[in-house]
Amino acid sequence: MSGSGVAVEAVSFGYGQARILDDVSLQVNKGEFFAFLGPSGSGKTTLLRLIAGFGTPGSGRILIGGRDVSRVPPWRRNVGMVFQNYALWPHMSVGANVAFGLEQRRRPRAEIQARVAAALDLVGLADYADRRPAQLSGGQQQRVALARTLVIEPDVLLLDEPLSNLDAQLRVEMRAELVALQRKIGLTTIYVTHDQEEANAIADRMAVLDQGRIRQLGRPIELYDRPADAFVAGFLGTANLIPAEGGGRWVLRPQDITLVEAGRGRLRGRVVQAEFLGASVRHRIAVGDAVLIVDEPHRLGRAAPQAGAEVGLDFDPDRSTRIAD
Amino acid sequence: MTAAVASGAAGTLGRRASPGQIAVGLAVALFLALFLVLPVARVMVAAIEGPDGYTLDHFGDFARTALFREAFANSIYVAFMAVVLATLIAVPLAYLLARFRFRGAALIQTLGVIPLVMPPFVGAVAMQLVFGRNGSVNLLLNEWFGFRIPFMEGLNGVIFVEGLHYFPFILLNLSAALSNIDASMEEAAQNLGASGWTLARRIVLPLALPGYVAGAALVFVKVFDDLGTPLLLNATNLLAPQAYLRITSIGLDDPLGYVIATVMVAFSLAAVAASALVLRGRDFSTVQRGGGGLGQRELTAGRRIAAWVFISLVLLLVLSPHIGLLLLSLGTVWSFSVLPDAFTLAHYGAVFGQSAHYLGNTVLYCALAAALDVVLGTAIAYLVLRTDLPGRRWLDAVAMIPIAVPGVVLGIGMLRTFHGINLPGSDQPLATFWGMLIVAYAVRRLPYALRACTAALQQLHISLEEAAESLGAGKLATLRRIVVPLMAGGILAGFVTSFATAAVELSETLLLVTREADAPASYGIYVYMQSPAGRGPGAALGVIAVVVVAVATYFSHRLAEIDRAKRGKLGR
Repeated sequence: MSGSGVAVEAVSFGYGQARILDDVSLQVNKGEFFAFLGPSGSGKTTLLRLIAGFGTPGSGRILIGGRDVSRVPPWRRNVGMVFQNYALWPHMSVGANVAFGLEQRRRPRAEIQARVAAALDLVGLADYADRRPAQLSGGQQQRVALARTLVIEPDVLLLDEPLSNLDAQLRVEMRAELVALQRKIGLTTIYVTHDQEEANAIADRMAVLDQGRIRQLGRPIELYDRPADAFVAGFLGTANLIPAEGGGRWVLRPQDITLVEAGRGRLRGRVVQAEFLGASVRHRIAVGDAVLIVDEPHRLGRAAPQAGAEVGLDFDPDRSTRIAD
Repeated sequence: MTAAVASGAAGTLGRRASPGQIAVGLAVALFLALFLVLPVARVMVAAIEGPDGYTLDHFGDFARTALFREAFANSIYVAFMAVVLATLIAVPLAYLLARFRFRGAALIQTLGVIPLVMPPFVGAVAMQLVFGRNGSVNLLLNEWFGFRIPFMEGLNGVIFVEGLHYFPFILLNLSAALSNIDASMEEAAQNLGASGWTLARRIVLPLALPGYVAGAALVFVKVFDDLGTPLLLNATNLLAPQAYLRITSIGLDDPLGYVIATVMVAFSLAAVAASALVLRGRDFSTVQRGGGGLGQRELTAGRRIAAWVFISLVLLLVLSPHIGLLLLSLGTVWSFSVLPDAFTLAHYGAVFGQSAHYLGNTVLYCALAAALDVVLGTAIAYLVLRTDLPGRRWLDAVAMIPIAVPGVVLGIGMLRTFHGINLPGSDQPLATFWGMLIVAYAVRRLPYALRACTAALQQLHISLEEAAESLGAGKLATLRRIVVPLMAGGILAGFVTSFATAAVELSETLLLVTREADAPASYGIYVYMQSPAGRGPGAALGVIAVVVVAVATYFSHRLAEIDRAKRGKLGR
């Protein structure tokens, strides 16, 4: 376990009238892999940049390892940031890029050499020290950016949508590698993404942001199963919102509803469309004015109800989440 | 969101300007105030200073004098006609370049650089010998067809020489605008049924117009302000020569010289402002990711021949001052004949024997002026793009003013401001100290260097600096290790441009040089060219200056290419 915890205390931030962050508080524990998840404009990148020191909160404070760093410039924070575009310096070799932070820390030459080699080895680029960044593929550039950050042994690792410039297959591979690497060195890590699948797959805990506020904070499964509001429910996956008796709404995932014979179950509907997806069949079912989405697992020889068929829908209220309107 | 944050990071995150930034900003502001704002202001004040208080009488005198009215009209006429000539040459070339797949493309691009390495006044005398009443071309025309063309008669000569010299400004700006139009712009119009002339008129021309206007305005101002060419062609009834002659013959206290200078500044500023107004809100760069430019077609055989004929003709015209100058520098006697009577290297011998100091002075002054320019340019670019220093945009705006300040005006202003102040420890006026020439060159060339530095810094993604900061490098270390090395290409380009253009500057030079020993090559060329006997050595000195400028320009292009190739493209 290495690194330090990060505390964000009542941080607000904005330009003029525009509020980008509004009274945000959260605690990232030592060694934790934490994700900021949100759509464009939610303030997630701004929050990450405030932790890195690129900007000062309008109000509130930021603590790293218990120390208030709100007014500390970026170069004295010992926070490692991997940029979305990697920000490798094109006029320096890979080795020189990685050595930079240690040189700024005035480490002895021999130590720098050894640590640069070790860092490049860690990301699988031991033989690339003499290359120029432009000679590397996107995935390799990403690894260099990571090595450049890790080599200074930062207190916190900040990753700003690090996989967004990679193609789909490489993204999944790098994601697994990142998680493995983080587990191995146990460094406190904060990861910004707008991709809920990515956040679910890697984060110990995450915060969902929208319009500068934290909507909900917790473990990915908790947030998926027990969303606090309609925004979180919808952002983390497909959600059916059904008015509940006595006020509020049920949040039902497509797989939480089962299809039964017409006339049975809690609701009655008509199949609008059935999409065969392989492992499951996705049904769109008109219930009154609303259309619900229901996934049924597919098994050999099982015939799905056809469009136009009358069906019943059932779910278990005791195992469902109810949110306020 | 990321973009907003990235630009905001340089903006208003409550960061206060550091003492270092404030000190640099003040130093730059002081320099600009002393050597640009003050001299120009002194000129304007002198134009309205009467024996008792301020008065507009001098402007009345200006308007009542037929000579000045004529000079004013002539200046506008010459500048306008030079734009017309430049347009006739540049527009077809730019269109060929953008629209057609064509072997001549490299040649057109070369055509766009050749004139720039030789200032018009250097070639002016040679052009007389080639295109004048008794020059090579008219002698041949007269012999073969029995008529002459008055290329060089009176104001025609100025228009002809300047138009040929300045058309690249339109060519370069228009080509850039055309290559910024994405093929999809045209394809969408074609998809909706437009083609041929409609396509050109409705889509291509409006999108390219800003580039043309920018180039044309530049040509207009340059020609309007030029002093050397009219002087050498003896067309003195234009504003710039009139201002120069008033100040140098009547003296520093004659108000009419300042009135003419003020009129020139006002008119140049108005032209630049008018073009800016036309261009406002018209940044039409539509290139999508992955390259752009119009779709290119093949030329039909007939059109290809027409294109080659046109290009060859332009090439001959563009090269004629260079060829004429070379012949002049190598000829013994050249008068009333198609070619010189005989050839000799004696003129070059004369130059290296008696006039080597001109070249030494040019290299010294221009190198120092260019160095000053890139230091100022880098400082201003950094303050504007990367700090919150209050007033930083003013610095940028003021530093761009020299675009619209004629060299004559700045020269007169320098004289007016500094003639009463002596160099510390001597009785030499500061105005005629050779160091002032360096400062004057630097001020006039600052806009070019500043734009080069700004462009270089803009291309640097700010995350490259933030990465250094988060790895422990402070502002100064980041500047030294990341920003300046990555800007090196742009800084070098700015240096070479400043150097090359200062090397052939004449108007400030004529006004500020008082001792022959302190004079640079441009002064030497001018003085030599005054007498028929001096034309040979003058041309030799001109050829040497042109070669130096051409070599410098070539190497800066090569260096920039190598620099680009070395870095390649990085994940952006």
